[in-house]
Amino acid sequence: MDSKNSTKPKYIGVIGVGSFGAAIANILAAKSPVMVYARKQEVVDEINASHSAQGKKLSENIIASNDPEQLCKSCDVLFFMVPSSGFQNVVRTFSPFLFPYHLIIHGTKGLCLNLKDGETLETVKKIRRSQILTMSEVILQETVAVRVGCLAGPNLSKELAQGQPAATVIASKYNEVILEGQSLLRSEKFQVYGNSDIIGVEISGVLKNIIAIASGALAGLGLGENAKGLLISRGMVEMIHLGNALGGSIKSVMGLAGIGDLVATCNSVHSRNFTVGFRLAKGESLDAILADMDEVAEGINTVRIIKAFLETADLRAPITENLYRVLFEDLEIEDALQFLMKYPFNVDVDFV
Amino acid sequence: MEEKYIKHKYEPIHPSKDEWPVVKLARERKEFVKKVADLSEDRILKLTGNNPDILKEELETTLYREKLRIKQNPWVVDPDDDGSFWSGVKSSLVQISTEAGRNKVKKFQEYKSVLNSITARYAEEIASNFKATHYKFTRSVVTYGFSRLLNAARVKGFKSIFSNQYTLQDKIQITGETDQLRDLATKGTVVMVPTHFSNLDSILIGWVISVLGLPPFIYGAGLNLFNISIFAYFMNSLGAYKVDRRKKNLMYLETLKTYSKEAIQFGCHSLFFPGGTRSRSGMIESKLKLGLLSTAIEAQRANFENGLDDISGKIFIVPVTINYHFVLEAPSLIRDHLSITGQERYYKENDEFSNSYKISKFLIKFFTKGSDISVSVGKAMDVLGNYVDVDGRSLDKHGRVINTRDYFISDGKVSVDNQREEEYTNMLGKRIVEEFHKINRVFNSHLVAFVAFEMIKKQNRKLDLFDLLRLPEEEISIPYGEFKASCHLVLDKINELKSQGLINTAPHLSLDMDEIIKRGMENVGMYHAKRPIIQDKKGDIGTDDMSLLYFYHNRLTGYGLEKLY
Repeated sequence: MDSKNSTKPKYIGVIGVGSFGAAIANILAAKSPVMVYARKQEVVDEINASHSAQGKKLSENIIASNDPEQLCKSCDVLFFMVPSSGFQNVVRTFSPFLFPYHLIIHGTKGLCLNLKDGETLETVKKIRRSQILTMSEVILQETVAVRVGCLAGPNLSKELAQGQPAATVIASKYNEVILEGQSLLRSEKFQVYGNSDIIGVEISGVLKNIIAIASGALAGLGLGENAKGLLISRGMVEMIHLGNALGGSIKSVMGLAGIGDLVATCNSVHSRNFTVGFRLAKGESLDAILADMDEVAEGINTVRIIKAFLETADLRAPITENLYRVLFEDLEIEDALQFLMKYPFNVDVDFV
Repeated sequence: MEEKYIKHKYEPIHPSKDEWPVVKLARERKEFVKKVADLSEDRILKLTGNNPDILKEELETTLYREKLRIKQNPWVVDPDDDGSFWSGVKSSLVQISTEAGRNKVKKFQEYKSVLNSITARYAEEIASNFKATHYKFTRSVVTYGFSRLLNAARVKGFKSIFSNQYTLQDKIQITGETDQLRDLATKGTVVMVPTHFSNLDSILIGWVISVLGLPPFIYGAGLNLFNISIFAYFMNSLGAYKVDRRKKNLMYLETLKTYSKEAIQFGCHSLFFPGGTRSRSGMIESKLKLGLLSTAIEAQRANFENGLDDISGKIFIVPVTINYHFVLEAPSLIRDHLSITGQERYYKENDEFSNSYKISKFLIKFFTKGSDISVSVGKAMDVLGNYVDVDGRSLDKHGRVINTRDYFISDGKVSVDNQREEEYTNMLGKRIVEEFHKINRVFNSHLVAFVAFEMIKKQNRKLDLFDLLRLPEEEISIPYGEFKASCHLVLDKINELKSQGLINTAPHLSLDMDEIIKRGMENVGMYHAKRPIIQDKKGDIGTDDMSLLYFYHNRLTGYGLEKLY
């Protein structure tokens, strides 16, 4: 894009410079000038002065700003890379400056709630699908932008930062969003696939975090590869049923954003969600673990939301349900495991 | 009457008929048809990727289907030379492919000329034959005829034939954003999208448009209606173009879409029934036919491409709902619906026009009672479903002015992207359905039908829909007290939804509940020989026809009111 309009070069916008945001900004910066958004002035200054953000090295092709209007004016394409807990607020900050010509791609694997004022998950307890928003639905609800996509797949930030080969999937109802994302991101080391089922891809990325916590717990208990194989396979079945109930297609769960990401996260000590499970199994309390993590483990919030959704859906999801009890109701991990081993799963594959 | 509607006399927005876009179009009919034919040809060539082999295949498919249609399903309205034209196409195709000594380029040229002869024929067939004089005549006939009928029915005595006590506007209330509609019609181009329950709708909407002082709208009418010459006269004079549902080949559909798109770009206000056909189930349309709707989006994009960025090039979508107590075709519509959805689970019973007593009862009622109809005009939207302000500027959800052109921009320019526009059409369709629900006006008859059906369903929880509909009518009885309580419950919920702007109600719903129920039962499907709701001597509620009750009940589905049961 930069070369086509020589009078006023357009930047590619990246909102959020957490580890994933920084990694994507660096990949984008290999091809185009990038403007990143950080809320804190000192982070902006650090990026502009020394090309690094809180210790993460950034390309020299990246400048920073804390002015949403400047970003929206300078960029036609924006990547939202912020945790789901702050997502809605960040999108609202940008909303007044966004127009229908903006293309938005997000890389957040979490869910938001769409509740009335004064309601919280604690007060409503049960939620329906219409009360859950995926990140793309947040964007569509809060802004006037319609050409929206998402980025998902096995993309552990640490490995991306080291330049290891990887692939991702961009999902959007709009072919032009997929094509634009591909041309901006694709490189010799980074393959980019397309998928039109954006909800399915988002949901896959969200649900795999639950299984990742469980996988960490198994590892923390010192269990071996058989157990992990069992978990991944049963976890995938659960993802498929949940994904279907939330409006995604089975195919997307089978793809890069589903199984691809599931396998990567369930084996990775780099994953925050995996770490939470691992430390839980080692006997730490959830509060203690969350207290000393500097970035969010999305899976925790996802478990709570999906648990509340299961109250209204005609569906069982034993892994999620038991994980919820471990996280919030002091069930011992060993007991949860016992429960799952006795659970009457009869049919191996019941979804194709 | 306790219901106060402002009976408003609207001045025509274009006093001189020469300024009507549809008159201008009629004047340039020949050039316009030619343009449509040529543009359709381009479109089809693009779709075939300019590949002579694919084009040849499409031509052959079209020829085959047309031959089949002529043989199996001929209509009176079909032109006499239908057979000879398609035989001509056949021999040209044979000639092109068999004769030696032609190179590829020459062959392609010849295929293209066959294609053009087909699109030209289709365009000519589709184009309307609007004549302003006929329009005026038809309009006065409809208005005069209807009001004669009304006066004869309501004011007793012989002289009533000449009475002017009741005009059509007493019976048909037009509510909603009429001023905005009139205003925008002078500034930009309007595409009106009404709900469709009855064959009366076309005539009704035509009348509404003229009462509002708007110039005639063009709209697609089923070619079958043109089979009857008196209908053909009316349709032509109302600005209808012809849509032939038998022809489903690519070339016909593309020509039809091109016609619609070009007419909108020309500035002709248009009317689509976005449901495509009458709602069989009695529900508000939830899945729209998007084919013609997409032409509104295409036309808007084309206007932007041509630099028409101001309001004169802007297209406004105006949803309209038509609310009836009574749908003449309800029995056959619901039967169609049930036999499609239920397949072998649903078998038809003998129809209601079974004896002359019932027919005469129907006729007497028709001439002695009225039936209120209301037409609600919704807020105008741009082609992406954003509301517009008084100056026709689009507003986002937060009330900020946005430019519709931005939706078609990529890399700083307006670009053509069919896949994108397909998604936009889906979005627009969803928005229209949303608006339909918001402007839908609940009548007392809708309320009682909904409550009665839901209560019967609750009494027979174990039955599925088709068993429920086959329940012997004698066995159905709801105590009046419970029925009334239940009506209160539903009406409260409706009023709650109304306060959130999600539905609308007729003023008569503020009456006392006994009165609402009494009138509702009188009104619901009032002319049917078998009544959807009856009351026995004890005052308890029953039905003569479960399927009809289901039909009228369906008007209130889609609001989550079922959850009250």
